[in-house]
Amino acid sequence: MRQVAIYGKGGIGKSTTTQNLTAALGEMGKEIMIVGCDPKADSTRLILGGLAQQTVLNTLREEGEDIELDEIMKTGFANIRCVESGGPEPGVGCAGRGIITSINMLEQLGAYTDNLDYVFYDVLGDVVCGGFAMPIREGKAEEIYIVASGEMMAMYAANNISKGIQKFATTGKTRLGGIICNSRNVDNEFEMIEAFAKELGSQMIHFVPRDNVVQHAEINKKTVIDYDPTVKQADEYRTLAKAIDNNDMFVIPKPMTQERLEEILMDYGIMG
Amino acid sequence: MLNYTKKDSAERSALVVNPAKTCQPIGAMYAALGIHNCLPHSHGSQGCCSYHRMHLTRHYRDPIMSSTSSFTEGACVFGGKSNLKKGLENIFNIYNPDIVAVNSTCLSETIGDDMGEIIKDTMPSLPEGKIVIHANTPSYTGSHITGFSNMTKAMVTYLANAKAETKNETINVIPGFVEPSDMKEIKRILDLLGVKYIMFPDTSNVVNAPMTGRYQMYPDGGTPVKKIKKSGDSQITLALGEFSSKDGAYELEKKCNVPSKVIKLPIGVKATDNFIMSVLEYTGAEVPKELEIERGQLVDLMVDIHNHYHGKKAAIFGDPDTVIALTEMVISLGMIPVHVLTGTPGKAFDNKVNKILSEAGIENSNVQNAGDLMALHQWIKNSPVDILIGNTYGKYIARAENIPLVRVGFPILDRVGHSYFPTVGYQGAIRLIEKISTAFLDQYDRECAEEDFELVM
Repeated sequence: MRQVAIYGKGGIGKSTTTQNLTAALGEMGKEIMIVGCDPKADSTRLILGGLAQQTVLNTLREEGEDIELDEIMKTGFANIRCVESGGPEPGVGCAGRGIITSINMLEQLGAYTDNLDYVFYDVLGDVVCGGFAMPIREGKAEEIYIVASGEMMAMYAANNISKGIQKFATTGKTRLGGIICNSRNVDNEFEMIEAFAKELGSQMIHFVPRDNVVQHAEINKKTVIDYDPTVKQADEYRTLAKAIDNNDMFVIPKPMTQERLEEILMDYGIMG
Repeated sequence: MLNYTKKDSAERSALVVNPAKTCQPIGAMYAALGIHNCLPHSHGSQGCCSYHRMHLTRHYRDPIMSSTSSFTEGACVFGGKSNLKKGLENIFNIYNPDIVAVNSTCLSETIGDDMGEIIKDTMPSLPEGKIVIHANTPSYTGSHITGFSNMTKAMVTYLANAKAETKNETINVIPGFVEPSDMKEIKRILDLLGVKYIMFPDTSNVVNAPMTGRYQMYPDGGTPVKKIKKSGDSQITLALGEFSSKDGAYELEKKCNVPSKVIKLPIGVKATDNFIMSVLEYTGAEVPKELEIERGQLVDLMVDIHNHYHGKKAAIFGDPDTVIALTEMVISLGMIPVHVLTGTPGKAFDNKVNKILSEAGIENSNVQNAGDLMALHQWIKNSPVDILIGNTYGKYIARAENIPLVRVGFPILDRVGHSYFPTVGYQGAIRLIEKISTAFLDQYDRECAEEDFELVM
């Protein structure tokens, strides 16, 4: 079983990319579980066709600790198992603790079955506190992909996340598998992210071009492959899925200084 | 026990061995018990509340009441609002106090529960006329003294108001984290001085209530809420002890324009003189005969038996206000405070103690805030003392080093008396001298050579 965590700046398209990617992996015949680690609980909408899912934490709150696995796990497109950790409403409680609670709960309930090929953790924004690092703790995800674009703040966040990974990597098995570029049509984006990933000691695992079909599929509560398996964008996600499935480059990232990051932006953003 | 403590101390960071302080909520609960008909409430998991109650119960040997929000995993993730809301409704339905004083815990602080908002939102569903106040008391900053100070400040923030146009002749007194016997003694002195006063909090007759054969959840003592409300109209607030009382006094100054004066806890002849003179400064009265007699008796005793303690070396530890005042007191007895330590953080402690020491011409003493008992023990190994003055936790050092321990401060878990006999005022100083000299003489009688064993000492 490969456990994979997807991180990246808020709004960069982590959930969209994760679901399209897992749809492609599912199409390849892989057994997959997605664990949404975001209080907004929107990590599995496209796989489940918009089905509002009961989150682990809501169930815990309403039913107590005596929960059955099928109350919180739903199966969607390509037989992908979907779990949403959920969390408190904005401004109260502790979302980080919520992730710890719900991942522990999933383990207790036996959600991690041996026949799974992949478990994907879709984690919100930055690694703001210990709870959001739960998916990359010892015995959890050993592979991390960061979704980024050629925009300054996305790269800044990716660099920051690398710092978090570095901390866990030195004492555990967590490694960076690569940067997924979710294109925003920024000038010279391909080269910039490629150079950025290289500087981190990693790779750009795939450049996902911008295509409005992704939005069309989303409006229809579907992944691209589910919505129209024949479009070009579906092949992009298939390529990404294959790249990840065949990936053997797992590194401890070398986060860069703010100055170096800005240099890369200057070199590729303006000069290029 | 502590036989293996090394003489050489290694540089330590992020490691406390045998702390000389405890959790903020303990102080907050103790302060809250000093309000009449008040139930302290702990906003956090059950374990916090149980431990804090138990610690207070062991020290005062009286049942300490406090309710809890009983956090579960769900409350931790989703916030403790529904627990506190429901808890408050239940408390007023079942236990019917006049007021509930809520303290937070590390857990509720870390998840960031907004207790002020929760209380505001809950008030409409509580019975008319009931009061809820709160203080933020995370134990990862400060100590139980900080908690006491925060809850005392909360009393002012929530309750005190200035109604009259001009201030009246009343004097507010914040007694600090002292025993119920001390609070009673402070009131007795104020009564003798003939002054109108409001003292809050006041735990006398709450945590040392008499056995009557009838259980009383809220004993007769404690400052009534209406008195705390009126404190905003007083002419002055005397804060006894900077660490535990200053914040409450300053809050009264800020909120109600009542000037404040921060003085030492009245432990020892000098600090008691200062306390009495500070009161008289605002009343213009003379020192009453009765207090003059008590002071004379104290001075007489100091002279009579000065040979027992003069020149003896002491190590003092405990809570900052108590330790600062004790340092001054033992110097007045001719003793030398060689090691002075508190677990509560605050540079003001070092500054105050060093000032007292340098004014007395004492050099090379060890003084430390935010210290622990391992550091104290190592100091003692390097520079031995004749006596240790502090709370019960000092007994391990006392045993290892074969030095007498005079129990003063919080907590005292293995002796009685502190609830009934004060250490403040002239009477308190007489009692302290009795304890110190008895400790020396008992050890001498037990260990001296037969030819040195004396009937008259």
